[in-house]
Amino acid sequence: MPALLEVDGLTIKAHKDNGGLVPIVKGVSFTIERGEVVALIGESGSGKTTIALSALGYSKPGLAFTGGEVRLEGRDVLSIPPDDKRAMRGRHVAYLAQSAAATFNPALTIGEQVTESPVLHGQMTREESQERAKALYRALELPDPDRLGRRYPHQVSGGQLQRLMAAMALCGKPDLLILDEPTTALDVTTQIEVLKAFKSVIKHEGAAALYVTHDLSVVAQIADRIVVLYAGEVLEHGEADQVINNPSHDYTRRLMAAVRPPPAAGQGDTALADHVRESPAIEVKGVSAGYGRQRDGSAVVKVLRDVNLVVQRGHTVGIIGESGCGKSTLARVMSGLLPATEGEILLDGAPLRPSLRQRNRSELQRIQFVFQMADVALNPRQRIDGILGRPLEFYFGLRGKEKRRRVSALLEMVELPAEFAGRYPEELSGGQKQRVNLARALAASPEVLLCDEVISALDTIVGANIIELLKRLRRQSGVSFVFISHDLSTVASFADDIVVLYAGRVVEQGPTDRVLSPPYHPYTRLLIASVPELRIGWLEETMESRVAQAGLDRIVTMTDTGCPFFDRCSIGVKGLCDQETPPVRHLGGRHAIECHRSEAEFLEGTF
Amino acid sequence: MTLLTAMLRRTALGIMTLFIVSVLIFIGTSILPGDVANIILGQMATPDSLAALRAKLGLDEPAHIRYFIWLSDLLSGDLGVSKAGAGAGTVGTPISEMLIPRLANTLQLAGAVAVVAVPFAVTVGLLAAMYPGTKLDRAVTFTTLGLISVPEFLVATLLVLVVAVQLGWLPATAYISGQETGMKLVRALAMPALTLIIVASAQIMRMTRATVLNVMSSPYIEMAILKGVPRRRIILRHALFNTIGPIANVIALNLAYLVSGVVIVETIFAYPGLAKLMIDAVQTRDLPLVQACAMIFCATYVVLIFVADMVSILSNPRLRHPK
Repeated sequence: MPALLEVDGLTIKAHKDNGGLVPIVKGVSFTIERGEVVALIGESGSGKTTIALSALGYSKPGLAFTGGEVRLEGRDVLSIPPDDKRAMRGRHVAYLAQSAAATFNPALTIGEQVTESPVLHGQMTREESQERAKALYRALELPDPDRLGRRYPHQVSGGQLQRLMAAMALCGKPDLLILDEPTTALDVTTQIEVLKAFKSVIKHEGAAALYVTHDLSVVAQIADRIVVLYAGEVLEHGEADQVINNPSHDYTRRLMAAVRPPPAAGQGDTALADHVRESPAIEVKGVSAGYGRQRDGSAVVKVLRDVNLVVQRGHTVGIIGESGCGKSTLARVMSGLLPATEGEILLDGAPLRPSLRQRNRSELQRIQFVFQMADVALNPRQRIDGILGRPLEFYFGLRGKEKRRRVSALLEMVELPAEFAGRYPEELSGGQKQRVNLARALAASPEVLLCDEVISALDTIVGANIIELLKRLRRQSGVSFVFISHDLSTVASFADDIVVLYAGRVVEQGPTDRVLSPPYHPYTRLLIASVPELRIGWLEETMESRVAQAGLDRIVTMTDTGCPFFDRCSIGVKGLCDQETPPVRHLGGRHAIECHRSEAEFLEGTF
Repeated sequence: MTLLTAMLRRTALGIMTLFIVSVLIFIGTSILPGDVANIILGQMATPDSLAALRAKLGLDEPAHIRYFIWLSDLLSGDLGVSKAGAGAGTVGTPISEMLIPRLANTLQLAGAVAVVAVPFAVTVGLLAAMYPGTKLDRAVTFTTLGLISVPEFLVATLLVLVVAVQLGWLPATAYISGQETGMKLVRALAMPALTLIIVASAQIMRMTRATVLNVMSSPYIEMAILKGVPRRRIILRHALFNTIGPIANVIALNLAYLVSGVVIVETIFAYPGLAKLMIDAVQTRDLPLVQACAMIFCATYVVLIFVADMVSILSNPRLRHPK
């Protein structure tokens, strides 16, 4: 009996604008046995998604299969007629995409989309498929399984939608699941609950799976075998245990080295005190902000509540928290894009006007924003010298030769060759674009740089290089950073201070080493515990812990009474935490935790 | 925002737009040189007789008072009487009497066009989007782009040249008296209707194709393909529902154009519609008639776009099923 899926010498080429073909996948071969989970890992551009989609006989527009076979139970799915492909898709091979939010049709009910495939393929009647869907909702621990099918995608949370996509794929009992980065876009806390659900349901259903990801720590939790890809070629292929603990190829070792260790004290970069002056570079005092304006001046949707933080000159403050906690809003308030409704922001000790429009040119120049998506932030119609030249003209009135010299200096500063000045953004790779994005902010010679998830969209190795660059810039120029990220490991390696945001409140802040070592705020502890480790068996251990069981799979509530974290907290006190706003406990050395538990309890290390 | 608040908000906006439009029309006709008194008296005007007539007509009141008198008359259905200048021969005729047969003619033509053009254009646009890059799609893209670029008087003239003059199938003019029925009516309407069908369909087709293609490139459509959903069902069940809003809007704009913007076509075919009436009214400086026509045109736009927005609000699952 042949293996379930045999990829044999697969070659895929992309059509270029000039009519030529460039190879994207170069003769890739591997197999998947029944009931086995195989991981395809590689950086972006390695061809992993393209290879995975070939198991469905599908290629993205602009790509063509030019050689090799992909055999499902011995039959080549690339060469079968379109009707046979359609009959195979969803029934024998099912696909889970990276973003469930984009993959669910907003206009149709969840139930219709989950049960569509088996009903269309004539595998089940509508009633049977609905029963099957409910059973899957239960297995995936989704709330209210009996009525979930009648809801619309926008009515459930992101993590739930991601699990619903698994239900959609599994409903027709496929032999093979293709999972394409299904947890990459999720928060750490959501990621582990989704991973756990996927793992148990794959095991229970006995399906085989092809798991595509760039994240080795995730692979370690779920894969039986690992295929390492680089530029469309297989570099290494073996049992998960062997590839992770004893990699044979140099590239695999480099990938492993770029995986940051779990966040802990002592990983930070030692910042120099050289640049520190009397007044901090920027200070946020009692700031509240949100969206929509009520008559009394307060926000309709309150996002930030009474936030205080200080960024010393030449230092970095990392801001962490799950999506929706107000991280980006805080950066927008500091930059003036979103005026605060209460409180004030001090730049070098002097109060700033809340709105960008009221600030003068020098104030604008001293605070710069680096956006997450360089792809979107850089104007595709402008050359790099235009993008970098504009702030030079606007703030410093530089022109001609002077400006050109400064543009070259900026490119050198972000380690890009000077001839990039004449290129357009689309000619650059993701990492290079992010460097240009950074150079654009640096062109203004700012004192404070607000970095919003600047490496989240980049591959591990590329991201690590950007962090090195930021560290060097900080040493040389004394720029202060506000570094926003949901990735605790990155923040741990770069920030001097960490601010933990939950539901718009600062629940813990202090020097990095203090925040990342006990005593923790229970939310900080949950975040740290949720960062996957590059270790087989980590997932099972973590899910057993009290912190995880209390804190995972809960909806964040924005509340005016009591502690917002109460319903996810493993050490909450009923009658107190849900009734009264927690006080701030100062534990010395700038370390503060907002919690009802007493300072003594924290210092004893009871939790 | 719930469905109800969205609909109420949209209704309030629609009423406000109508109000603003009425102010603009009033201002627009007021700043034209000469007033009704001038027009009525014409050559015989002396300062005394002008002042006396103005007092009689209430024209000596301040502008805002006159506006509210005009507005309240308008709302109670009283459009006033024609004040056409010398030679028009309609002085004293109630405006509603002049408007109603013309409005009926216009609606008849617009209705005939809509009944043919909308289903035809949406279907062809959909077909082109279903098979992008095929011969059908390229033919549709090419012809629609061509037809949109050609001014409608050229389309009309070419049609007259070919269908009426060369082939002699249909009359070159479309004069109707209101008594025609059956085949006679169809023959009379055929030429202007055909011209307008060509012009309106081209736009609706292009927008339908573009909107559907845009939705077809979204990840949830790729997902449907990877679930093995047949192409027909992908278009009709997965894509179409998400395109209702934009398509409703382009249809509404084209229908409004059929009521108000067809003056060239009406002129070429000598069709007695509303737009033609308004041009005549401008020429004879019959300001109350101009105001009435302008109000009808603007109200048509506002109402049709209001309906289109309501359709897109109703087709938005986020509003129909709040969290």
